[in-house]
Amino acid sequence: MTRLAPGTRVRVRDDWPEARGEAHIRTPHYVRGREGVVVRHLGDFPNPEDLAFVRPAATLPLYHVQFDPSAIWPPPRSAGAVLIEIFGPWLEAR
Amino acid sequence: MSQSEPGEDPRRAHHDLGGVTKFLCETVDTAPHALTRFDRRVDALRQILGAAGIMRVDELRRGIEAIPVAEYHRLAYYQRWVRSIADNLLRKGVVSAEELRAALAAGREAGR
Amino acid sequence: MTSRPDPALLATPAEELFAALLAVLAAKGMVSEAELAARIQSTDAASPAQGARMVARAWVDPGYRALMLADGTQAAEALGIPMLGAPPLGVLENRPGRHHLVVCTLCSCYPRAVLGYPPFWFKSAAYRARAARDPAGLIAEWGTVLPPGTEIVVVDSTADYRWMVLPQRPPDTAGWDEAALASLVREGDMIGVTVPGSMPEPMPERGGKPG
Repeated sequence: MTRLAPGTRVRVRDDWPEARGEAHIRTPHYVRGREGVVVRHLGDFPNPEDLAFVRPAATLPLYHVQFDPSAIWPPPRSAGAVLIEIFGPWLEAR
Repeated sequence: MSQSEPGEDPRRAHHDLGGVTKFLCETVDTAPHALTRFDRRVDALRQILGAAGIMRVDELRRGIEAIPVAEYHRLAYYQRWVRSIADNLLRKGVVSAEELRAALAAGREAGR
Repeated sequence: MTSRPDPALLATPAEELFAALLAVLAAKGMVSEAELAARIQSTDAASPAQGARMVARAWVDPGYRALMLADGTQAAEALGIPMLGAPPLGVLENRPGRHHLVVCTLCSCYPRAVLGYPPFWFKSAAYRARAARDPAGLIAEWGTVLPPGTEIVVVDSTADYRWMVLPQRPPDTAGWDEAALASLVREGDMIGVTVPGSMPEPMPERGGKPG
């Protein structure tokens, strides 16, 4: 998987593993299917979705991704931006 | 369609609380709450199990998320932790149900 | 992993369940009262005073500020704060027009190594739900009102980092020494629910502060 550069426009996968069965997800529900911008690569960490179930975990790139709240929330809404740590496999470059 | 109102998406897991509509009008209790002896001891046990490689924090979270929604919101913070630690140690066979039941019975006997 | 535990057993009152778990683990030699006491002691040693020392140093030392923003873990260690085994620490700087608020919407991830145990409010459903969406309305519960036009960046702490906020230095503190500056910095300032000097607080007399 090639590293996503800062400034890359990305879309979070509109995937809902928790609706299909037991799952441990660190990508908040409110950004699934939303577009954001990569701010920086934070490092590489073992996949918590596997660690939580004591399965062998691949090491994945973790990014800080910024979202525009006006594209997520109807009012009431006052955030100017939301910054979230998201693992590479959840992101698709646009 | 989720794009309209993510605060009410039915596919959301109950611990995944960002922007959830039903909590938006709830006030936040900003007062200081001192931790109890129980709280500190549960926190310490979690750290010991983590440092010993017996249970990761990811497993703790999974166990907390597995608590049924009504109880998740009824239980205090460290009560959820205890439930999750027990869940994980039983699943992994670190502690057996028989051992735990015997210790519970002994505790009730001693407390009588 | 073996089969799913009996839900009725897990539903045992938590205090009772915890005592029984400890008894079983102690009998197996996996945990002792001495270990628990040692952990509690080291955990209690971490407090907002640690983070406040970092903030005060950053306010007086531009080199330290740069280090803190580039690598919070190294910056904490540079002040003797133990970070071994702690998740990497990231620091986000408030500036005129840009304020940060930290939340963990999924659980309660908190920069414990530099701030201590997470406060009650940080773990509450209301805080976790509201922060991501209406941070201005949320911090108003602390009486915090930011200057008009300030953009609030919400930092949802979802994975392996822990985040703290480097607040802005209050304007009327020229010439204060580090200890006096550190005494201004509260827990909430480093999460973003408050800003230093935003709430009047009785200030004890102490050395180094002019007046």
